[in-house]
Amino acid sequence: MVLALVEHVEGEPLEESLQMLTLAREIAEAEGESVHGVAFGDGVDGLTDRLEDAGLEVLYMVSLDGIDRYAPIAWAASLEQLADETDPAAVLAAGTDRGNEVLAHIGARNDLPVVANCLSVEVGETYTLERQRWGGSLIEHARLRAGPKVMSVALHELPIESAGSGAPTVESFTPELTEVEHLVTVDRFEESEEEGISLTDANVVIGGGRGVGNAEDFDKLEELAELIGAAVGSSRAAVNEGWRPHDDQIGQTGAKISPELYIAAGISGAVQHMVGCKGSKHLLAINTDPEAGIIQKANWAVLGDLHEVIPAITEEIRRRQGE
Amino acid sequence: MDILTCVKRVPNTGEKIVLTDDKQAVDASGLGFTVSPHEECAVEEAIQQVEQHGGTATVLTLGPEDASDELVTAVARGADEPVLLEAPDTSADPMATADAIVDYIESRGDGEVPFDVLLFGNESADAGNYQVGVRVANALGLPCVTGIKDIELEDTTATAKREVSGGWEVFEVPLPAVISVKEGINHPRYASMRGRMQARRTPIETVEVDLAGDERFEMVELEVPETEAAEAEILGDSADAASAVVDILEELEVL
Repeated sequence: MVLALVEHVEGEPLEESLQMLTLAREIAEAEGESVHGVAFGDGVDGLTDRLEDAGLEVLYMVSLDGIDRYAPIAWAASLEQLADETDPAAVLAAGTDRGNEVLAHIGARNDLPVVANCLSVEVGETYTLERQRWGGSLIEHARLRAGPKVMSVALHELPIESAGSGAPTVESFTPELTEVEHLVTVDRFEESEEEGISLTDANVVIGGGRGVGNAEDFDKLEELAELIGAAVGSSRAAVNEGWRPHDDQIGQTGAKISPELYIAAGISGAVQHMVGCKGSKHLLAINTDPEAGIIQKANWAVLGDLHEVIPAITEEIRRRQGE
Repeated sequence: MDILTCVKRVPNTGEKIVLTDDKQAVDASGLGFTVSPHEECAVEEAIQQVEQHGGTATVLTLGPEDASDELVTAVARGADEPVLLEAPDTSADPMATADAIVDYIESRGDGEVPFDVLLFGNESADAGNYQVGVRVANALGLPCVTGIKDIELEDTTATAKREVSGGWEVFEVPLPAVISVKEGINHPRYASMRGRMQARRTPIETVEVDLAGDERFEMVELEVPETEAAEAEILGDSADAASAVVDILEELEVL
């Protein structure tokens, strides 16, 4: 049996969890067993229906006494107690902030290794696996011998597949929690006051790097973005210069974007940046340097000065809209 | 506030990651080393909190003698006490790393954790295992919050915020606590050349550690994934390319 943490927002499973289930099913099949899902929040409408094609035999709906928000140790303890009852070969979660955190607690509390951000697994007594390092710019080949195998699954690398097995059997579960397991919980939620479209939701992202030269010239990117409903992002270099806030940073330690089109202006293409934008469907680079690494990774390139090219694009769109 | 910040030395990366011949590590001979971005911010956070509340900012790293360069940088920025847990290299697995840090902390306290806050980066830039802080917290019986981008400390509690879609999850935990932070929590200051010269005179507490290494997890080798050699279509070399760009925007139906 493979035990899989399914994260959801009000009954809508995360894409990342559905991707994780693709690997969970592969492992379960190779082990000759089934996948049991674990979701938190009892009585969530719709989740079972949304997981109809996910190939789960059982879905445990966990409710926690006195906790109604995210609580990493309580979540870990719940998975452990379910694992005690079901003796799984592997415990999986998506490599989200929560997934990696909960699995780390399971590893720490049970003296088990935890392998983060796995890409593939060859099942045997020892698992031979591939996992991401450096935000996905390196692959590590490794072997894992422990039991159960505790692994998170890399984000946006595996397809979401329909297993067409019908709705899972739903079982309610309430773990017994100690004081320690109650200690760390989300106390409250504060809404952010940000306006405009976010980097991670935008259909088009315009990124500026060191080549923009100063904070003021990001106005040129903003003007184009406003015209076409895009979001403006930046490289770590531009953030370090103080030209943009960190919230705008695209990269390994910033936002991971996946727009239809990413326009990278004055960005050289450092590894730190590229792992944040590799989910983009198309890449257009604007750079004066034909040798810049980003040119090799782009679908299209303009080998010119962004200070002239970006306003010209804005003007051309206005001209066509005026026709 | 006495704060211990744990940092990991990692190779610098430019536009391409190059591996050593045996594929066991990233070749750092070209670009040298740094610490993970999240951890640069952890050091800055410790310095700022100590500036605000008083106390001591201790910075610890695990690795060979050369790794003390990163401690010197941290001291040049404003950290007070550097600690090197000396090991043959920085590639210890997360369990061995956490054990070594826990041993050091226990050796400094009489059965009590001699720090108010233990700061970590959310994950190291290179291995990205997301777990050393959690393992240290568990071993010491401390509360732990991860992925934090805002910290307010009071006498006996920490209020820590984690960014999620649409807002912030706010945790309140009693001190001492383990907090792992993400880049963006602050804007790290630069270390001046002069500061660095002075920092070199600060004695580094060096403790040799014996890393057991966990046989249940074993790295075989590293691989640079092949990227499709995209042939970028060159649309032009000046503002005249704007028309071709807008054609593409129309084709992609993103206008």
